[in-house]
Amino acid sequence: MESLNFDLASSSLSDMNRFLHRDLADGDRRHVSVLNPDGAHNIAVGLNHPVTVEVHGHAGYYAAGMNKHATVVIHGSAGTGVAENMMSGTVHVKGFASNGAGATAHGGLLVIDGDAGLRCGISLKGGDIVVGGSVGSFSGFMAQAGRMVICGNAGDALGDSLYEAVIYIRGTAKSLGADAQFEDMTDADYAALAELLSKAGLDHDPKSFRRIASARSLYHWNADADQEY
Amino acid sequence: MDTKPVTFKRPSLEQSAGFDRTVIDYIQNAAAHGLYEIRGLGAKRKLPHFDDLVFLAGSLSRYPLEGYREKCVTKTVLGTRFAKKPIELDIPITIAGMSFGALSANVKESLGRAATEMGTSTTTGDGGMTQEERGSSKTLVYQCLPSRYGFNPDDLRRADAIEVVIGQGAKPGGGGMLLGQKVNPRVAKMRTLPQGVDQRSACRHPDWTGPDDLAIKIQELRELTDWEKPIYVKVGATRTFNDVKLAVHSGADVVVVDGMQGGTAATQTCFIEHVGIPTLAAVRQAVDALEDLNMKGKVQLIVSGGIRSGPDVAKALAMGADAVAIGQGILIALGCNAETYIQNGEHHSAIESYDALGTAPGFCHHCHTGKCPVGVTTQDAILEQRLQPDVGARRVKNYLQTMNMELTTIARACGKQNVHHLEREDLVALTLEAAAMARIPLAGTSWIPGHNGF
Repeated sequence: MESLNFDLASSSLSDMNRFLHRDLADGDRRHVSVLNPDGAHNIAVGLNHPVTVEVHGHAGYYAAGMNKHATVVIHGSAGTGVAENMMSGTVHVKGFASNGAGATAHGGLLVIDGDAGLRCGISLKGGDIVVGGSVGSFSGFMAQAGRMVICGNAGDALGDSLYEAVIYIRGTAKSLGADAQFEDMTDADYAALAELLSKAGLDHDPKSFRRIASARSLYHWNADADQEY
Repeated sequence: MDTKPVTFKRPSLEQSAGFDRTVIDYIQNAAAHGLYEIRGLGAKRKLPHFDDLVFLAGSLSRYPLEGYREKCVTKTVLGTRFAKKPIELDIPITIAGMSFGALSANVKESLGRAATEMGTSTTTGDGGMTQEERGSSKTLVYQCLPSRYGFNPDDLRRADAIEVVIGQGAKPGGGGMLLGQKVNPRVAKMRTLPQGVDQRSACRHPDWTGPDDLAIKIQELRELTDWEKPIYVKVGATRTFNDVKLAVHSGADVVVVDGMQGGTAATQTCFIEHVGIPTLAAVRQAVDALEDLNMKGKVQLIVSGGIRSGPDVAKALAMGADAVAIGQGILIALGCNAETYIQNGEHHSAIESYDALGTAPGFCHHCHTGKCPVGVTTQDAILEQRLQPDVGARRVKNYLQTMNMELTTIARACGKQNVHHLEREDLVALTLEAAAMARIPLAGTSWIPGHNGF
């Protein structure tokens, strides 16, 4: 299959993005390499075809933002908001990810081999996130749907104000956020976790994880609730 | 027999200014429920407003245009700074962002149809884009809000412009709110929420913090849409001078400033009445910011928050706005606070429904309950039938048309062939407060409080 190279040292990011939006045929499965990304922001945002994009180096903010159908692999670290609002497809960060990784993702799978910063999976809306390392504070804040797997530890206020999203953690959380609680793992949880770990290429034992979900006590106004949550 | 002077027994009814009946009600309610009041619409208190300005029209020293026959252009272009496809509107009056969820699908369709007929734009809200509004709106502005409910790249590509919402005049610093009774199955699905949940949106965007991040976020939205669509940044009016400057710095094509009279479908009353500054003060500060950056005319300014009439629009334009956005006025045109609703050509009384809410036409602000007596701010399958799209579309079109006629009438009287030629020099103020806030001289004087050392 034909492959394409974009060298961001010599060509413009906008030209590359426009090519990926406009000049691919429906169902295009070509392989695209991005060279010398050099931390550029907004690499491969808004993809809408099942191409594979490999970024050879570090990416700036919003890499693979709002991805649909495509597979994006970042052979380096990613800045704030990698795969934000992803709809489908896969984004794989081989290094570390900064704040807001996978924020508001509606679908698809985000895999981060290293650690993720603050607010990983914030407002998650149905996507899946697997973090090989640890996540920063306020991860999973107000996450509405989808699953988040943390193989390391988490900072403060994990899963604060969770809706229906579920978090699996292997290490420890410095603290849980308001309305987040540990729950017993069910067979369905083990099966889901095994599948996500296998997709992410990790061989941890699902039995070593714990489940965090919403106690649903903030779903309705309650005058007697502690207002400092 | 002794005669006594005649005395009349009078009840003692001395009302306290500090503890008037409104305050007594507030305290009694707080004591009974232990929870703040949540309501719809905007600030109800009296504020310095466009009513406090008047036009100096043509006479001997200025030359008016013939009121009905001479040309007066209302065309308005937004988003000329970076976007490849700026928005071209026939009139400078747009429909403000209001969510599907807050409003019914019928209402959204009405707004789209009316806006399209009048050649103006309508705007989505905190709940995503509906087929009804996309299908009926020629020009649709797609909001990107902190909650990102229903936000997706397909709708982004189908939009004509994108509005990044930082805040809202009714509640700057606060997030959206939709009480459980309005979160029906369709709303819940669009927002990825459990049905019936009291939804409280985030007040900060999830993937950026501060103006430097926002610049990159805006660039992302541009890259995603190949730099075609204008990008608006909407702020609730507070530190407007600085906020507008930062919005320009972040790369906005258009800045939307929403004053404290701006409405909401549901927010704490303490927020509605006590946070933010009046639209009049905000317009002045926003224009100052654009002029300070030499960006007037390059970055367009849309002003909203309590704009009701053609004269309001004319005054906003004269003060330097390029266009206005209207929310509450549009709802009222649809029948909000009317005594009747129209079904199959006949008026039906809505009084019982107001009664059930413990209110009456002219006073209702119960949008948050979802039990709108006239079917505007509801998700109830029966109530929403009280607003039929063809009736709603016709009424909103009439309202927009009336305002536009008033606007051109005033502009012609001021001798302008284009409504955008209205200028500050055409205005004077009736009150000291308005003169100071708008920096427009008090009528009959050359005095602007706070200027030239006075």
